[in-house]
Amino acid sequence: MTHSPATESDLAAIVADARAKKTTLAIAGGGTRAGLGRPAAADAVVSTLALAGVTLYEPAEMVFSARAGTLLRDIEAMLAEKGQSLPFEPMDSRALYGSTGEPTIGAVAACNISGPRRVQLGAARDHLIGLRLVNGRGEIVKSGGRVVKNVTGLDLVKLNAGAMGTLGVLTEVTFKALPAAPDSGALVFEGLDDIRAVACLCAAMGSPFEVGAAAHLPAGLGDAPARTLLRIEHVPESVDYRLDRLAGTLREFGTPARLSHAATRKIFADIRDVAPLAEPRDAAVWKISTAPAKGPATVAGIAAKIAATWFYDWSGGLVWLATPALGDCGAAAVRAAVAANGGHATLARAPEATRRELDVFQPLAEPLMKLSRGVKSSFDPDGVLNFGRMYAGV
Amino acid sequence: MTHIAFPTPDPAILSRRGEIVAGLAALLPAECVISSEDERRAYETDALTAYRRLPLAVVLPRSTQEVSAVLAYLCREGVKVVPRGAGTSLSGGAIPLEDAVVVGVSKLNRVLEVDYPNRVARVEAGVTNLGVTDAIMGDGFFYAPDPSSQLACSIAGNIGMNSGGAHCLKHGVTTNHVLGVKMVLIDGTVVDIGGAHLDAPGLDLLGVIVGHEGQLGVVTEATVRILRATEGARPVLFGFDTSEEAGACVADVIGNGIIPVAMEFMDKLAIEITEAFAHAGYPLDVGAMLIVEVEGSEREIDAQLQRIGDIAKRHNVRTTRQSQSAMEAALIWKGRKSAFGATGRVADYICMDGTAPLGQLAHVLKRTGEIVAERGLRVANVFHAGDGNMHPLIMYNVNDPAEQAKAEDAGNEILKLCVEVGGCLTGEHGVGIEKRDLMLFQFTQTDLDQQMRVRAVFDPKWLLNPAKVFPLDGRGGGLSAS
Repeated sequence: MTHSPATESDLAAIVADARAKKTTLAIAGGGTRAGLGRPAAADAVVSTLALAGVTLYEPAEMVFSARAGTLLRDIEAMLAEKGQSLPFEPMDSRALYGSTGEPTIGAVAACNISGPRRVQLGAARDHLIGLRLVNGRGEIVKSGGRVVKNVTGLDLVKLNAGAMGTLGVLTEVTFKALPAAPDSGALVFEGLDDIRAVACLCAAMGSPFEVGAAAHLPAGLGDAPARTLLRIEHVPESVDYRLDRLAGTLREFGTPARLSHAATRKIFADIRDVAPLAEPRDAAVWKISTAPAKGPATVAGIAAKIAATWFYDWSGGLVWLATPALGDCGAAAVRAAVAANGGHATLARAPEATRRELDVFQPLAEPLMKLSRGVKSSFDPDGVLNFGRMYAGV
Repeated sequence: MTHIAFPTPDPAILSRRGEIVAGLAALLPAECVISSEDERRAYETDALTAYRRLPLAVVLPRSTQEVSAVLAYLCREGVKVVPRGAGTSLSGGAIPLEDAVVVGVSKLNRVLEVDYPNRVARVEAGVTNLGVTDAIMGDGFFYAPDPSSQLACSIAGNIGMNSGGAHCLKHGVTTNHVLGVKMVLIDGTVVDIGGAHLDAPGLDLLGVIVGHEGQLGVVTEATVRILRATEGARPVLFGFDTSEEAGACVADVIGNGIIPVAMEFMDKLAIEITEAFAHAGYPLDVGAMLIVEVEGSEREIDAQLQRIGDIAKRHNVRTTRQSQSAMEAALIWKGRKSAFGATGRVADYICMDGTAPLGQLAHVLKRTGEIVAERGLRVANVFHAGDGNMHPLIMYNVNDPAEQAKAEDAGNEILKLCVEVGGCLTGEHGVGIEKRDLMLFQFTQTDLDQQMRVRAVFDPKWLLNPAKVFPLDGRGGGLSAS
């Protein structure tokens, strides 16, 4: 059955009741990321979609609060009307999962969903400044607030960003927005191999020109040659000026082409949404986070062992890698390469049966696993909420 | 002493002092264990100097392994621990307890690795904030959070309090710049969380460790983001007749989609006190002043300052002064960053740290003046206006208990006001002991119980900095983890 509470107190009652009856609840928003995480069987579903609506928007303070079920597209439209946007450029997961429905702002917070701009401006968790939730005890808890500078008490906001609802059902989230840059443009270097490309991206990120996205699409993704992309978002004069200066700084990597505002938006939307690896739909897809300069070595370690296609975002530190959904979906090769180079890997897309058998998220050292189990228990002692969605027993 | 209570020291621990010092001496070389009363005095307080407690002992380990050995021993013996960075906390975060051992990280002071391609630095936690930037500025990089105490304060303390600073308006605060830590748990277990990569695998434990106020463990190492400086930066002074005009100008700049790197506010009294000390060239004939800094190329800076200047004109700006050289720019910032110290030369003061929504700034400033005046005291205001983080400096005589009580009472009223208008008790200094008993202004007991249960996961016996953050009464609901 599916519960659709329209108020926070109704939701609290539903959770308290489930706990009393020793039953479990799976949390659902728009359902566009249902394929992310371990499949967690639950006795009932609790939907946040009826908990919708913007409760605060102060354009002059660049802050808004919205109930968790508010649609992301409504938030983005509201911000755009005032010339603002979400700084962390959240990925739309529908291309990757072939899912339908509408992503919600609550899920963006709960899954810490970011995009290319994350490398410069931070992740969803960096801009999430307040939240309200119902914990697994059926209690309403708030943390943070609506002001950016706030260190009052332990930061349960960040702890819940990316916790995938395992600690509580988010009911309201408060984010910081930023002015949307009126213009953008990109440099494109062609034909670089992975190592040269990532060297180029890192050099660009270390330049004084505030590069806002740095990605590399190797040859073999479609028909195009390898493309190394650097984006500047700013007022038009500054976009031109900074791209010129940047190209001068990066002369050793070749003479780059320029992308227009529209072309820049298009290609970085594809990168954000992992469109280059969306097909074939039956391939498994890994999301690997490592130190940028370690990206190529991590990939080389994997590609030496299994068939794979991949691309880089975040200056080389984010690798999206597709591999046939056979056997362990390449887990042994991926985990070994990550262990050798540092970072972590998530099996972002795989058949349900595989996600049930394998670790979807990076296995943690035992002391961290013990802390994670303790934190889970401190919010949800009886394992009512999204139990096992991230790790078995959490 | 006034109304901030300390728990009664445990007589059983006090009576075992000799044995505990000997136990520590068995783990560390003699120069790392401080036990004489004279030397312990140096650690009896932090920058909240109105409160002092002589600790049982002080240890200054030289490595993560030594920290681990010390914590494992103290945990086993049931002895409380007060972690300490550089002791610059304005909220009393590092003030000891008489039955606790202070574990200081000042000997952990090396920059371990600077990695420009990955834009990170790995540092020991006792490195000063400015020490990180000093190690990389020659190559055009910097560490963004810049609390006013950056010359002295440590990365350990910055992580403990999630410190901010003047330039956080654009760049964010400590939690946005720490990618990983090495931390010793109270039982001596060493954990590595995060690293040179982005985002956490699993729960974002790092997110709750930054700002933990010494309650979750002792951080011994950190991996921090380092940023490349833009081509240039230029601060400008804008003088206004009234605080209200200056406050409205701040809100208007942000509302127009302009995010300067910094936007600092000083009222008349703060300008006078600071100028007398720092000779920064601040205008003395105005009622309030903004320091606005923008960055980019020369042309970009000119264009942005043009827009900001036009907005300032709409708010009746009286004087505008652009810095003409790097030296002038440095002087402008030197003045701002020495404001607290300069005030300390004139009078004792308590420094508040509440945040108010920008739209409420003018109201909160006005009420702050009234609240303080009603108690016959004076207040200087100097703060990070762009993000609404206010620092009223309430001046009083520390040797007059009645006046200290009035000052603290005024401070509490101001913080209550900040919460009422939608802000918070502390923007960057932390709760410490100072705001501990005000937490129920902002949180429900249920909220605090949840925070305390998370705390208990890391420190089940409540040995780490136990007198801080959470009101001493009403801890029952959160003492254990589940």
